[in-house]
Amino acid sequence: MPADTTQGASALTDVAHEPGAPKPDPILVTDNIVRTFGGLTAVDVDHIEIQRGAITALIGPNGAGKTTFFNLLTGFDQPDTGAWSFDGRDLQGVPAYKVARSGMVRTFQLTKALSRLTVMENMRLGATGQSGESLLRAMFAPLWRAQEKANTERAETLLRRFQLDAKTDEFAGSLSGGQRKLLEMARALMVEPELVMLDEPMAGVNPALKQALLGHVKSLREDGMTVLFVEHDMDMVRDISDWVIVMAQGRVISEGPPEAVMRDQRVVDAYLGAHHDDTLSVEDEERIIAQAEAEIAAGEAQEGSR
Amino acid sequence: MNWDAILANSLQAALGPEAIVYCLAAIGLNVHFGYTGLLNFGQAGFMAVGAYGLAATVVTFGLSFWLGLAVGIAATVVLALLLGIPTLRLRADYLAIVTIAAAEIVRQLLGSQSMRDVFGGKDGRQGFTDTFRALSPLSGEVDLGIVRFSPFDAWVTLVGWSLVALSCVVVWLLMRSPWGRVLKAIREDEDAVRSLGKNVYGYKMQSLILGGIFGCLAGFILSVSRSSVVPDNFMTDLTFFAYTVLLLGGAARVLGPVVGAILFWLLISVLGNFFGQATAGPDPLIPPWIMDQNQSSLVRFIALGLALMLLMIFRPQGIFGDKRELAINAR
Repeated sequence: MPADTTQGASALTDVAHEPGAPKPDPILVTDNIVRTFGGLTAVDVDHIEIQRGAITALIGPNGAGKTTFFNLLTGFDQPDTGAWSFDGRDLQGVPAYKVARSGMVRTFQLTKALSRLTVMENMRLGATGQSGESLLRAMFAPLWRAQEKANTERAETLLRRFQLDAKTDEFAGSLSGGQRKLLEMARALMVEPELVMLDEPMAGVNPALKQALLGHVKSLREDGMTVLFVEHDMDMVRDISDWVIVMAQGRVISEGPPEAVMRDQRVVDAYLGAHHDDTLSVEDEERIIAQAEAEIAAGEAQEGSR
Repeated sequence: MNWDAILANSLQAALGPEAIVYCLAAIGLNVHFGYTGLLNFGQAGFMAVGAYGLAATVVTFGLSFWLGLAVGIAATVVLALLLGIPTLRLRADYLAIVTIAAAEIVRQLLGSQSMRDVFGGKDGRQGFTDTFRALSPLSGEVDLGIVRFSPFDAWVTLVGWSLVALSCVVVWLLMRSPWGRVLKAIREDEDAVRSLGKNVYGYKMQSLILGGIFGCLAGFILSVSRSSVVPDNFMTDLTFFAYTVLLLGGAARVLGPVVGAILFWLLISVLGNFFGQATAGPDPLIPPWIMDQNQSSLVRFIALGLALMLLMIFRPQGIFGDKRELAINAR
């Protein structure tokens, strides 16, 4: 479906570069999501739309509330207020496992490979609607064997695609960090999601594997899936995302295509502080030097009195 | 030193009703802890509920033995729901605290004065095994060479080991299925399982009920083999010994609890008989200034503890466990 995907991403050219901009074909729409932890407002997002069939990056400095926002959208945490819908279905108060079943599957920042299960068992677990997962039918293998076989074949195809086919029968716990990221992504695809949400897919991955991972994320879009990911790696953001949403201190401060967002003064300020590139005036310089000298003198005086 | 007697007594213990009770209890804990990662420290509570369900139905209400079995299982399911509904959404350690407390509450309640009319207080209930005795096809002593069982014990043992075999088959069938895979995945990381669209809470509840029912079967065998139930049969150490049996055999292995139970009772009995004999008579093998006859029955537990420590140091995965699995950091 290459025609569809280009449409999904290219349709963003006419979208305004401002927070909360409406998209032509949104798959995920959120309104007024607020989450506070005691006195701290971790997330306070007014309105966001995620374009179907595009790769959207969610970036922001540490503590901006990106992962919390992810948790809220996927039902792993409940917001204080807010409403959001996925593909037209209201997701407010829906438990995490039902969110996943509806086609919105996430991965985790700290990879959650199921260590003492083999790679293949990890994959099989991802398949939905398994009749053998009901307690009564589980005991009678003929009732689920055919489905298991089909799932295994699908898993093998995915493992080949993610270059994990040599590891099929090994414990997931014996994989390297990067391989676990690959496994987690492949496992999420077993659910056959429409929207894949990746929480820092590049964290802890070596540069060689990074390129492969980038390719895999792009291929999700080519397969007609929508991708929303949190990332710190700016190269990755620039390289693969069609649209970037920037969060800082719980709020969305900017939206737009990667080049535009990285030139945005609000974004630069959020990452580097508001006054980082003001030139120092002579008065400022003198004041700073005087202050430093005073501190040194005070320190010496203290030392002498001892 | 009479080694023949030691061997005979020990085999008797390793194959007898006591070992069966611990084996069934450990099979339940294997479902809870070994496969699902649920820390149930209240297996004694499930056993008590099963045993008393049977005894009270027959003795207090004069109903049939078979109905008693059904009541015991139903009561176990209710207990599992009561424990699970508030705690299974929380972290694993909460379940541990709640179950250990619940087992004690159950025991105190069953032995309480105010419920004496139903459960018989501290004296418990006797005389509910007539139907079971009448079913026995065995008459006369059963002699298996070195091991010898009374007709009733042989009948209990036969039924007991059949139950163990049946339970093992059920566990094996379930754990190779996709259902068992979900349980094992929950043991590894329940958030990951949730993110793949599985109702983790529902699966944990099913696991708690299923393992509880195995505990209930253990309670049946315990009460029937002794032809009585008293609250003090269901102290917390029962649960801890069942855990020992499980870890000895190897957790998350179908036959782990079976091998564990046999070995545990073999060990306890060999040590008990050995120290008993070594301290008996006018000129004992072990001089009285080291230990006397009374102390010898306690020393076997010390030696057992030592043996378990050595096992955990040199074979931490248990008899059947896979060292490769243990080497993997669980998280």
